[in-house]
Amino acid sequence: MNRKHILIALVQDRPGVLNRVASTLRRRNFNINSIAVGSIEVPNLSRMTIVVEGDDARVEQARKQLDRIVEVIRITDITHENPVAREMAMIKVKATPQTRSEIIQIVDIFRSNIVDVSPDSLIIVVTGDQEKVDTLVELLRGFGIRELSRTGTIALPRGGAGPLTIEENRPLRHVVEHVAPEEETLPNW
Amino acid sequence: MMKTGAEILCECLIKEGVEVIFGYPGGALLPLYDTLPKYPELRHILVRHEQGAAHAADAYARVTGKLGVCLATSGPGATNLVTGIANAYLDSVPVLAMTGQVNTYFIGKDAFQEIDITGITVPITKYNQLVLDTGDMADAVREACHVAQTGRPGPVLLDLPKDVLQNKTEFIFPEKLDLPGYKPKLFGHPAQIKKAAELINSAEKPVIIAGRGVNVSRAFDELRELAENSQIPVVTTFLGIGCFPESHILSYGWLGMHGMGYANKAVHSSDLIIAIGMRFDDRATGGTSTFAPNARIIHIDIDAAEIGKNLPADVPIVGDVKNILQVLNKQLNKREHIIWLSQLDEWRSMHPATEIREHENVLPQYIIRQIYEVTKGDAIICTDVGQHQMWAGQYFYYDKPNSFVSSGGLGTMGFGLPAAIGAKVGRPNETVWCLCGDGGFQMTVQELATMVQENLNIKIAVFNNGWLGMVRQWQELIYSKRYSATALYNPDFVKIAEAYGIQAMRVTRKLDVSHAIQRAMEHDGPFLIEFVVEPEENVYPFVPPGKIIVEFLEEPSPATIRKK
Repeated sequence: MNRKHILIALVQDRPGVLNRVASTLRRRNFNINSIAVGSIEVPNLSRMTIVVEGDDARVEQARKQLDRIVEVIRITDITHENPVAREMAMIKVKATPQTRSEIIQIVDIFRSNIVDVSPDSLIIVVTGDQEKVDTLVELLRGFGIRELSRTGTIALPRGGAGPLTIEENRPLRHVVEHVAPEEETLPNW
Repeated sequence: MMKTGAEILCECLIKEGVEVIFGYPGGALLPLYDTLPKYPELRHILVRHEQGAAHAADAYARVTGKLGVCLATSGPGATNLVTGIANAYLDSVPVLAMTGQVNTYFIGKDAFQEIDITGITVPITKYNQLVLDTGDMADAVREACHVAQTGRPGPVLLDLPKDVLQNKTEFIFPEKLDLPGYKPKLFGHPAQIKKAAELINSAEKPVIIAGRGVNVSRAFDELRELAENSQIPVVTTFLGIGCFPESHILSYGWLGMHGMGYANKAVHSSDLIIAIGMRFDDRATGGTSTFAPNARIIHIDIDAAEIGKNLPADVPIVGDVKNILQVLNKQLNKREHIIWLSQLDEWRSMHPATEIREHENVLPQYIIRQIYEVTKGDAIICTDVGQHQMWAGQYFYYDKPNSFVSSGGLGTMGFGLPAAIGAKVGRPNETVWCLCGDGGFQMTVQELATMVQENLNIKIAVFNNGWLGMVRQWQELIYSKRYSATALYNPDFVKIAEAYGIQAMRVTRKLDVSHAIQRAMEHDGPFLIEFVVEPEENVYPFVPPGKIIVEFLEEPSPATIRKK
């Protein structure tokens, strides 16, 4: 069954990582709904939230292939863990003196904010799950949307330590010591 | 002490145990080529095309178990490596590819011979890195070498800008590396191993499918113990050839599209498949929905992403094959499987895939068998890709690990000749035979010069049938003999060899085959034999695409051939 999956990944902050992740998904023929990347509480690490559509087995296969990428430290599928998922959108909507008050009412109902007012337009910032953002966008479409920018989903699992929690007793460091190469030995058949 | 990037690179390579670099110089690499002579421990072999360098490094790694290293300049040099890197990626071979790059301040400006090779090779390397600072050089080399050779091996690439090679910095060898995202799982889960042992102990018709992972992990003795102790027949994959002695009584050939009929039957009829270091490639399984319908599958592989990719596993075990088999073997009972093994022996006599029919012309199968007879099987066979490759798998018997070098996953024509160079450099004391078709030989024929320059004693057999044989076979059997673009005009291969300074002869009669091979063996130096073979010979058994692996076509009997 095709459904939306939310994958969260902890990655090393190095050039090319996003390319590798996107390339792996493209190769498996996934359409990426959204991908959001940002730094986290630990230096030199980033967190990615990837939303893709596909059946469970295919997504799990892709997750394992993503886990193979050297710079990917951990990656988990939190779809089934009832995560808190949010996204943000900025919507520039046409507003005339006649429509402005109606738009403001809608903005209030959605507990979103107007962050810029111009003589003929407003910029609205909305935060919420994808459905809420979709609905607001639909409602505002009638007034004329001039520009729209969405962040894509970011998500956190509920409760205590999540799968990507970095704790002192779960060290991230994986130190590889230099070992001198050994000679090839073939079996004595 | 202050050292240049090129010096740091060389010293790190030496510390990693690198002895040989297959390479081709160019503008961006001048600082490195200027430095190389200072390090005589690093033997540089000048190839004639960068693809040859990548294939030679690949074969070197396969026969020695060490890291293969190739080197090419920026731009076209780097793109010429791509085929070879892809070849190593699909066959999981540890290769370090190093490419020159334009000066850092030119990067991104479409400078002369600039290409984004790290971008190009993202899908075909295990790891790659553009080194932007001389201070990062030592870490980059250490990381690349470590990643290439551990876990599931694979090619890695380092892109080295000219100024990074030239600039100086304080050199401190990094004894320790920090790779938080790279932790190959080495030991299998004990509960899974226990489950596997229970299945093996209760199976009535078990079969082992051993792949290249056994070679990589050097689990030869462990595999043998598993097979002998529980009397389980061993079928290998095409790349697994040689990981279990083929003359062993429990060896039942290799499976797949051109695999032995009895191997395919054994796998299809089994009730338990113990898949070791293999990945259920489509050429091995045929249609997956009909593959081994009654078998449960124990899948042992170091790469978690392989498990469940092509076929669901009943008992997945992720880890290093050798470690897992050591634990597993302790939990197994002695078994005999007399009925099952006698069934297999019956199939083996019903489908004698490796019998050669009488024929007045020179049959390629006959040549390969004669090479086996003359060398007594004590040789490393490097093949190109196509019909002769399949016959080389079928008609030569491999008793030693890593004695069969062939491009399996990518099926790269042109692999054979440079591979033979890599193999001979890696194991100079072994006899190396390079088997090529007339098509593939011409794809990398320039490497004959490398062979002569390095004085490599390689014996070459060119199978000249005047066709791109494997494609012609498919056109014959599946496209109603519409031969499109498969007939070859060929040069005089003997004269070509002689032009390079290699002794050569042509064989057109069956009775000269054995003598020619002996002459090649007695000659001290490279030797080429052009065999003019039966032109429209087909490879059998043949599982047509999409069919079950037991629905193989066998060689038509002589009576039906005459009717045709």
